[in-house]
Order: sequence, then structure tokens, then C-alpha cells
Amino acid sequence: MAPELRSWKEPHRLVLLAIAIGIVVFAATTMRWDWLPRYSGKLVAGVGTTLWLLFLTSVLGFLLAVPLGLAQAAGPFWLSGPARAFCTVIRGTPLLLQLWLLYYGLGSLFAYWPEIRQSWAWPYLRSAWPYGVLALTMSFAGYEGEVMRGAFAGVPKGELEAARAYGMSPWTSFRRIWLPRAIHRALPTLAGETVLQLKATPLVATITVVDVYAIISRVRQDTYLTYEPLLLLALIYMILTGVLVVAFRWLEAKVPVKGS
Amino acid sequence: MKTKIITAIAAFGLSLSAHAASAETVRVGVAAEPYPPFTQPDASGNWTGWEIEFMNAVCTEAKLDCVVTPVAWDGIIPALMSSKIDAIVGSMSITEERMKSIDFSDKYYNTPSVIATSKGSGITPDAAGLTDKIVGVQVSTIHQDYVTTHFSDVAAEIKEYQTQDEANQDLAAGRVDAIMADSLALDAFVKSDTCCEIVGAVEDDPAILGAGVGVGLRKGDDELRQKFNTAIAAIRENGTYAEFSKAYFDFDIYGK
Amino acid sequence: MLDWITGFAAWELLAYDPPGWGGVLLRGLAVSLQVAIGGYILGFLIGIGGATGKLYGGPVLRDILDVYTTLVRAVPELVLILLLFYAGTDALNQFLVLIGAERMDISGLAAGIFVIGVVQGAYQTEVLRGAFKAVPHGQIEAARAYGMSSLLVLRRITLPGMLPHAVPGLANLWLIATKDTALLAVVGVAELTLVTRQAGGTTKSYFLFFFAAGLLYLMVTLLSNVAIRRIERHARRGMPAVR
Repeated sequence: MAPELRSWKEPHRLVLLAIAIGIVVFAATTMRWDWLPRYSGKLVAGVGTTLWLLFLTSVLGFLLAVPLGLAQAAGPFWLSGPARAFCTVIRGTPLLLQLWLLYYGLGSLFAYWPEIRQSWAWPYLRSAWPYGVLALTMSFAGYEGEVMRGAFAGVPKGELEAARAYGMSPWTSFRRIWLPRAIHRALPTLAGETVLQLKATPLVATITVVDVYAIISRVRQDTYLTYEPLLLLALIYMILTGVLVVAFRWLEAKVPVKGS
Repeated sequence: MKTKIITAIAAFGLSLSAHAASAETVRVGVAAEPYPPFTQPDASGNWTGWEIEFMNAVCTEAKLDCVVTPVAWDGIIPALMSSKIDAIVGSMSITEERMKSIDFSDKYYNTPSVIATSKGSGITPDAAGLTDKIVGVQVSTIHQDYVTTHFSDVAAEIKEYQTQDEANQDLAAGRVDAIMADSLALDAFVKSDTCCEIVGAVEDDPAILGAGVGVGLRKGDDELRQKFNTAIAAIRENGTYAEFSKAYFDFDIYGK
Repeated sequence: MLDWITGFAAWELLAYDPPGWGGVLLRGLAVSLQVAIGGYILGFLIGIGGATGKLYGGPVLRDILDVYTTLVRAVPELVLILLLFYAGTDALNQFLVLIGAERMDISGLAAGIFVIGVVQGAYQTEVLRGAFKAVPHGQIEAARAYGMSSLLVLRRITLPGMLPHAVPGLANLWLIATKDTALLAVVGVAELTLVTRQAGGTTKSYFLFFFAAGLLYLMVTLLSNVAIRRIERHARRGMPAVR
């Protein structure tokens, strides 16, 4: 296998880099960027919303994925069945549809229950943020649940038998052996899944959650520009993805992974 | 087997083949959302409504071959500017702001903008009534401009929706306290759903609310604009306008 | 108290003929499938080109392809769809005008296929590249020793040889393609998710229609899974199981 990393100073790389810089300079000078100062504050806030959404739903989704995976790997049929069904439905339907089903579908049912407006839950039911969090969390859990299932099933049975032989209770052996080993096995995919989750976050803008995509949509509508706002949005996401990938690489370097 | 595959691919490819836009065909962009009573899809997948009938009348009068091309509302002006469509018939108000980017035909109707709320809410259509309320509007409309200019410092939150029917839905669900839109569109909504009522028109602001609704056209497309203007005047003159409007409204929506 | 059930269970709205909206939903599903199939095929062709370029191309080509796949995999599909649908088709038309050809009238369907195809192409490049590498090099050397041209080697040895290794990845990409078509609703292409929202908006029975659309997507996924298992069993006959 040929080494992938090559020096930056190779002539063709320099030429391509020069072309790329040329394109960026061309775009920066000839395209209309006068709207940028007006929206910069909102854009920063939007990026913050995106990152908070990503963090929250990834953590919650992972916490949900562990029992889902465990239920499928080791549970009785009345646990593994529903877990399996949940993962199949989530992975078999588009996220956009799930999002709209939750927000507009449930919303259309509210009209039949006027009493709901007096309840304590109303402020949460009426704002869009909880629906976005719920849909993204369920989506993450659905996909990660599959990964966790494979991870739980893949932990060598010998280790679990050894734990039993030591006299550990099922709960202790789960807590000390099975769960940590399964999470260890799932860790390499976590980086990829988090990047996928970042790419799923813009969908919440369609249910009025204001993230960076929603801000750029506002820019598009106010200025009628086709290229500039979208190019900036693509750039923002590329930077965010890059930051995520680097962060995960740093994390993986800190966590020792011995073999399987 | 191989020839079967090749013919299948060829047939598939031909079914999507792009054809050069002919001079006679006018692709008329409409918003890809139900906007009763002006445009809405029916159960056969055809587009019906007052504005569709208006478009048909004008196109017959001007001898143009108009093709209804649904486009997402928030991309409809960029679609016009990049020649994906040739005209916009989507209840688009004629405003100074829009005139910077596109041209308009003469107006073909003019109705006030109103606020709708759930029944018995006691909200009045002004800054005092909307204080600490959640207001919903559709993006890229004069109503959004109005609400942002006049109510953004008093309203608790301004929620922006991609389509008007989403805003209507959220009012019915109670997620927003008030929505602002065209009086006829909201009239159709409150008639179809028992949840809500119109509380009144907002104070006029001609700079934002514009001077009526016109057909959106590309800047400099004067030939098409002339054709539309002549046709609009003609159908007003010969009574066709009044004829198809009768089924929808009991007053003349042309306005002043 | 229970009238929400009538709102949900207004089954007659799903009837095939008007005033039922079943026909509209099925037509939307047909559009979705057309876009998915067209985009998948386009992506596959781009993927073959990209994979061969990455494996056998010069350094410049490899870098350009790296940029392409990295860009597509780093930017959300929704943003890519907006970019390609509005900016991409506009750039295409401007390019055509530049070279003297006439502007093309790109229908929503064709634009959707183009968009899905470009996105799929990046992912397909990676999957096919891995699959190409799995073909035993000795077979390719033997083919070259026989004097076969590069294209002949590709057609007779590499492609049939790499397919068994590519099937799991390709299957996953097919499922991704079918679900990515839903994002085209945001740009107004009349596929299943958009017509569902339109139907819901006109009839106010949002829950019913989104539920029905979900069932349709689920059916597509489940039927695809059955077909994929068959294809995998046939393509990988004689080879050890994947899992």
C-alpha cells in the first residue's frame, strides 16, 4: 500500500494550493459579502445552537442506545423485539419525516385537547426545541443502538464466563466487564456517528429551531443571493466537521485501545 | 439481456431528458404549498384555486403556453433570477425591496393584511395587543417584514415558517398566539378550522406592505411584462376576471 | 375526548382515487424512487470513475478526488442539496451559455437525480475503492499479461471481482439514497415527503399522512433488505459470510 502522507512541498500540491487560494481570493473579492457584518452576531449564535444541539442529542442518544443494544443482544423477546422494531423504524424512515411527524403530526392532535394548554407541560409542548432534540436523539439512538448490539454481542464470551467463575453477580459483571468492553468496541465508530449527527442537525430549521442553517436561510431570503450564503454555510460546516474529527482523534489517542 | 438493459437505461434517460426552453412556453412558478383559496393541490395532484384560474385566463388572453411549476417559496425569487422559471404567480406583493431584484406586472389584486388568533384570545392587531405574545409568519413575505419592523421589540418570539399552512397549523395547535398573513388566505383558514378567528387588519405601512399583488418577472423582461399587463387589463375589461372570481369571493378583490 | 382518533383514523383520505389522497402519495413515492434509482446509478458511475482515479490516477487527480470526497462527506446533505439545486443548476446553465449552447430546462426530477448522484458519488468512491483493493492483484496481473487493455481488465476482471466485496457498502448506500430523497422536499421537488406535507396541509390530517408516508418508506426499506440479502447470497456464494 503506497504511503498516503506526502510532503506539502511537492510541486503539484503547491500548484493546487495556489489555485485553491486563488479561488478563495476571487470569491472574497468579486462576490457580495456586504451582508456579513449585519449577520455575524446571529451566525455565531446559530453555530452555538448547532453545537449545543449536537452535544445534547449525541449524549442523550448514546445513553438511550446502550439499553437498546443490550436489549437486542441479551434481552428476553419482549424487550429485544420492541428494541429491534424501534431501530428498524428509525433506520428505515427519513429523519425529516420523523421530525415533521413529531412536530406537525403531534401538533395537529393538540387541537383536540384544549385542556392541554393549561397543563405544566404546555410551554415544552408548544416550543419547537424539544421536538428537535427528541427527533435527533431518537435518530442517534436508532443507529447507535445497532452498533451497540454488535458491540455487546462481540465481547468475547470467555471474559463473561470468567467473571461468573469469579462469583460476580450478573450486575457486577455487566458493570465491570461487559459494558466497558462493549463501549470500547463501539468507540471507533463514535467519531463517525457524531459527524453524521452534525450533518443531521440542519433539519431542525424546518421546524423553526434557529440554528446556523436557519440564519443563512434568512440571509438568502433577505438578499436573494444564490451562491454566497450557501458557500459560507458549507464552509462553516466543513470547519465544524474538521474540529470534530481532530477532537475525536485527540480523544482516541488518550484512551488506550489494546487489540479488540 | 444486455440489449434489454441498454434499452431500459436509454428509455429511463430519455424520460428525464432536458429540452431547451421554447420561446412560447412560460414556466409559471407557484409556491409548492397549499395556499387556499389562491393555489392548492387537489387529490388528483392538479393545482387549483383562484390564482390558477387567473393565470389560465391571462395566459389564454396573451396566447402564452403557461406551465405550472411548483417551487419552494423560500427559493422562488432566486429561481426566477436564475431562469428556472419565467414568472411568479404566487400572491407576491409589489414592494420597493423586491423591485430592486425583480420586475412586476401591474397589480391583479390588493387586499389588507390581518392578524388571526385563537378564538376569544382578546389580542388586538397592534403592538399593545401583541406584547409578550408569540407571533408566527411565513418567511420571505411582506408580513414577515412588517412583524419584524413593528413588533419585534414587543413580541415574545417571532417564529418563521417555510409555508403559510405550517404557520396556520401551529396557530391551530396553539404553538403561536397570533399569525399575520393576507386577509383572504386567513379567511379561508378560519372558515376551514373552528379554532381561530381574525381579529382585524394591521395599521397600513405602504412601504412594507406594498401596493397589491403582481406577477413577478425577471428584471428587463419587458416583452413578457407587456404581454401580462395587456392581458390583465383585458380580462378586467371583458369581465373574465369578475367571472372566475365569483366562485371564490363575493367582493371585487382588485382593490383600489 | 377521543375525537383525535377520528382525526387520525380518517382512512378514507388514503383512498387511491380522489377525494382520497392515496394516488397522490403513491405518485410521490414513484418520484422518490425514480430520483433514488437515478441518483444511485449516477453515483455508481461517478464512484467507479473516482475509485479508479484514486487507485490508478496521477497525484493531481488523486488530490482533486480527495477534495471532492472530503467536501461531500463534511457538508450536510441538506446544504449540498441546496447548493447543487440552486447554485449548481445555475452554474451549469451559465456554463452552457458560455460555450454557446442553449440554456437547459432542468426539471425538478433531473435536478434531484443530479444532486443525489453527486452526493452518492463521493460515498460510492470510497466504498468501491475499498472493494477494488480487495481484488487479488494476481488476477489483474494475469489479465495484463494476456494483453488485455485497461478497459477490458476493468470490465472482465475488476468489476466482477470487486462486486462481492462491495455489496454490503453498496446496499447501505442504496438505503441512504432512498432516505436522502426526502430532503428534496425542502427545495420543492414533488417527492413523497413533500406531497405528504401538502396533503396534510390541505386536509389537516397531518398525523395520518405522515404515518402513511412512514409506512411507505419502511416498506421500501424492508423490501430492499430482502432483495439485498438475496443479492448478497448470490454475489458472495463460495465466500465466507460477512458477519
